[in-house]
Amino acid sequence: MSGGTAAGGRTARVGVVLVSHSARVAESVAELASELAGGGAQGAPVAAAGGGPDGGTGTSAELIAAAARSVDAGAGVAVLADLGSAVLTVKALLAEGGELPPGTRLVDAPFVEGAVAAVVTASAGGDLDAVAAAAGEAYGYRKE
Amino acid sequence: MLDTEFFRRWLSAAAAAVDREADRLTELDSAIGDADHGTNLRRGFAAVTAALEAEGPATPGAVLVLAGGRLISSVGGASGPLYGTLLRSTGKSLGPADEVSPEQFAGALREGVAAVSRLGGAVPGDKTMLDALEPAAAALAKDPEGFASARSAAADGALATVPLRARKGRASYLGERSIGHQDPGATSSALLVAALAEAAVREAS
Repeated sequence: MSGGTAAGGRTARVGVVLVSHSARVAESVAELASELAGGGAQGAPVAAAGGGPDGGTGTSAELIAAAARSVDAGAGVAVLADLGSAVLTVKALLAEGGELPPGTRLVDAPFVEGAVAAVVTASAGGDLDAVAAAAGEAYGYRKE
Repeated sequence: MLDTEFFRRWLSAAAAAVDREADRLTELDSAIGDADHGTNLRRGFAAVTAALEAEGPATPGAVLVLAGGRLISSVGGASGPLYGTLLRSTGKSLGPADEVSPEQFAGALREGVAAVSRLGGAVPGDKTMLDALEPAAAALAKDPEGFASARSAAADGALATVPLRARKGRASYLGERSIGHQDPGATSSALLVAALAEAAVREAS
């Protein structure tokens, strides 16, 4: 992985936020990615932000902001989103500034494969650029 | 000049229109989307109304920025960040003035519509809200006090989405099957522009 986050500060890991229209999808993918990354206290912080403001299918800006704050350890936060309003809501929050922790970035990546790559990379101590690159590279994994 | 009260009247007329037309918007959305547009916007504009009541923003720009933020946080669908960005970006372009000229507003609205286009990556003809917003903004750019022309331009733009094939959002997955349905986003955009004309009429009377 590309170096530590700061000299002597390898303990601060990049946080990962998973935004899905479905609360169950976000939570399940967070669980899957953490397990595949080895899990445990050494793993990068991962938070799910799934479902809409009314608890049904949709996107909640408040859940996204709370999730980003909960995984922010000062090394940056990588956000992965599934579709439509999930992507647009993260972009609108980032455009405004001040609503998500500094160093929060929307990562262009496939949701499940990208989440696994992001959490594995973040858990191994990769910085935000490395996490974003690993997640984005997941677009290239062919299945046939 | 357009004062803070004008913008509050606009949003209150928009909230009433969305509430009145929510079922129709959801019905249009059930044909080519996920059948939540009316419900989502009704929740969003109810939150806008409550926030304007509670916080009493003092300038036109502050009214629009507050309303945009509430839409982003409460709608739950793609129309939240899109309309939220429209209002927020328009509001920011208006700056801190106590009142703004129709020309300033027409310019700010163009900025807002451009921000929507950047956020969603859509252009007119993609069967989205831009098909109503762009013609309305263009009409106001030509005649900043022509709110009635803007309303007709937006309504015509929404109707003109019927034969289009959707190129953005969930409807785009339908391909050819999206043809023949009026776009719900363009329809709600036409409602917002009609509410603007309504606010202007009440000012003149």
